[in-house]
Amino acid sequence: MPLRGDNIDTDRIIPARFLKAITFDGLGDHVFEDDRAAMPDHPFSNPAYQQARILLANDNFGSGSSREHAPQALKRWGIEACLGESFSEIFRGNSLAIGLPCVTAPPDDIVRLMVLVETNPATQLALSLSDRTVTVDGHRIPIDVADPVRDAFLTGTWDATGMLLDEFEVVRAVASRVPYIRGF
Amino acid sequence: MGKTLLKKVWDLHTVRPLSTGQTQLFIGLHLIHEVTTPQAFDMLRARGVGVAFPDRTFGTTDHIIPTLDQARPFQDTLAEAMLSALERNCAEYDIPLWNLDSEHQGIVHVIGPELGLTQPGMTIACGDSHTSTHGALGAVAFGIGTSQVRDVLASQSLAFDPLKVRRIAVNGTLGNGVFAKDVILEIINRLGVQGGVGHAYEYGGTTVDRMSIDERLTMCNMSIEGGARVGYVNPDQTTFDYLRGRPFAPKEDAFGRAVSWWRSIASDADADYDDVVEIAAAEIEPRVTWGINPGQSVGISERIPVSGAAGSNGAVAEALAFMGLRGGAPIKGTKVDVAFVGSCTNSRLSDLREAARIAKGRQVASHVKALVVPGSQAVRAAAEREGLDQVFRDAGFEWRGAGCSMCLAMNPDRLEGNQMCASSSNRNFKGRQGSPTGRTLLMSPAMVAAAALAGEVADVRDVLPA
Ligand code: SF4
Repeated sequence: MPLRGDNIDTDRIIPARFLKAITFDGLGDHVFEDDRAAMPDHPFSNPAYQQARILLANDNFGSGSSREHAPQALKRWGIEACLGESFSEIFRGNSLAIGLPCVTAPPDDIVRLMVLVETNPATQLALSLSDRTVTVDGHRIPIDVADPVRDAFLTGTWDATGMLLDEFEVVRAVASRVPYIRGF
Repeated sequence: MGKTLLKKVWDLHTVRPLSTGQTQLFIGLHLIHEVTTPQAFDMLRARGVGVAFPDRTFGTTDHIIPTLDQARPFQDTLAEAMLSALERNCAEYDIPLWNLDSEHQGIVHVIGPELGLTQPGMTIACGDSHTSTHGALGAVAFGIGTSQVRDVLASQSLAFDPLKVRRIAVNGTLGNGVFAKDVILEIINRLGVQGGVGHAYEYGGTTVDRMSIDERLTMCNMSIEGGARVGYVNPDQTTFDYLRGRPFAPKEDAFGRAVSWWRSIASDADADYDDVVEIAAAEIEPRVTWGINPGQSVGISERIPVSGAAGSNGAVAEALAFMGLRGGAPIKGTKVDVAFVGSCTNSRLSDLREAARIAKGRQVASHVKALVVPGSQAVRAAAEREGLDQVFRDAGFEWRGAGCSMCLAMNPDRLEGNQMCASSSNRNFKGRQGSPTGRTLLMSPAMVAAAALAGEVADVRDVLPA
């Protein structure tokens, strides 16, 4: 699904009033709620894109608030990967933490893909993290994804908690050498 | 070559390099609030792990609490459920919680420094993007998402990508009526809302050296609006004087030892920066945003940009259409319906004093709803001791309880319809202040007061008391 615009912030992806909940359940229904109300042909409301699994975005997508509710809402709506010109760092990290890859390609390629999908919404894109490509109509376009991120998805280690607890005794050792914990 | 504060703090807190290319860092202080934690605690329970360092974790409530009627249960059942969840979670895991009945309660980024919890050389994490605020005291403070809140609870550590350091040196003297808020709006305007991606911003120069901690907090608060991961100011005598005697600051002999260590972690004079930007304080005038991101601001004597200007990329047209503003018109004179003094950017005692100085003896324009929301109960009490509440009330402002309030409108304080709001907060995104079509003009608290009185965007320098 092509979603045009630079600097689309997380307040727009999921307005703050939907943060008032103690679970992430149901967030998918409210993705871009205010933008959709203001713009009846918003891509998320467009019947042609209801099966979309890849979100095409422009520059600095997901800026603003650190709310994890934003990638949660996209994922719960059905988005499984984001391909854009660039992403805000916190948004990209939050997405990684919930298993939603955010990968980038040069602006020209993104715009070309957007036009293609806008012209024919049935266009199929195949995104491969292992090959670092997105394939469309038999053409392979290179995408950019950092090695660690790619490996994390390919090996299923994007769930950080286990990794951080792996050597917990070292965490304790660092705590005991930090002056403000030792009492200076 | 010497080292930056960021590098020193990073090295000290390094647990280990990770196979992902990231570094696992120990987190010295974890601050939590009601909005981004209930899911994190649920994930923790689902995994069957506990909280690793409950004594390095502190909770407060700020985002959802009403600033008028705070009787429990709240009328808003969703807000009530969120606060109850925080209460339950803190009780279950032995985490101290400053609730509404505590004199320590307030916006998480206001109370951390105020209580002396925030200290130089610490790593700090909080499930809120404006955690960068705490860098004003020389801490390295990260805003994080809910899964990371879970990870800090479970392991008191997080995985981070390496950061570059950009030194932003502001030199010279700020004009009358020009504040830290104007400096940071100028920086974001010059470097862009993405200018800081991958960076820590180190603020320095003679202007910042002379700033109070409150002013440095305002600067660091908005680092994230410039795309930077963290922002900080090197600790100096101003920092030490600020911390002395605060409830969680080191006491007696330990304070002296702490000061020597704090001095040692400041960036070395010959530190190696990835980039240096210089800004002349004298060039900065009071600023106001005209658009829908914090980079879209102009000086009060300037005109709103024209859409289609070079490099504007459709963004100007979209912003002007949403804001209902005309490209090329002066920003001064833009009519406002609401005025909001508050938020973690500008709700400390010094901010309220500056706003009160403008409001004193004058009247809010009859069509304007004006609100002053102190950042913490301590700020509120201190302001009342000075009689600021009366100054505001006499001028026609409402005086409220402490909280985030109309900064993001998760409580009853919100814009209605397409109201235009002069606001001392940090974000002017579409719909940020609670109404999908509500419009926000960011500016300093003194400028908000001036706008409230005039009923339109005004130049605070014209109404400064002699
Ligand atoms: S005052 Fe605003 S920006 Fe600050 S923590 Fe509260 S909601 Fe976030």
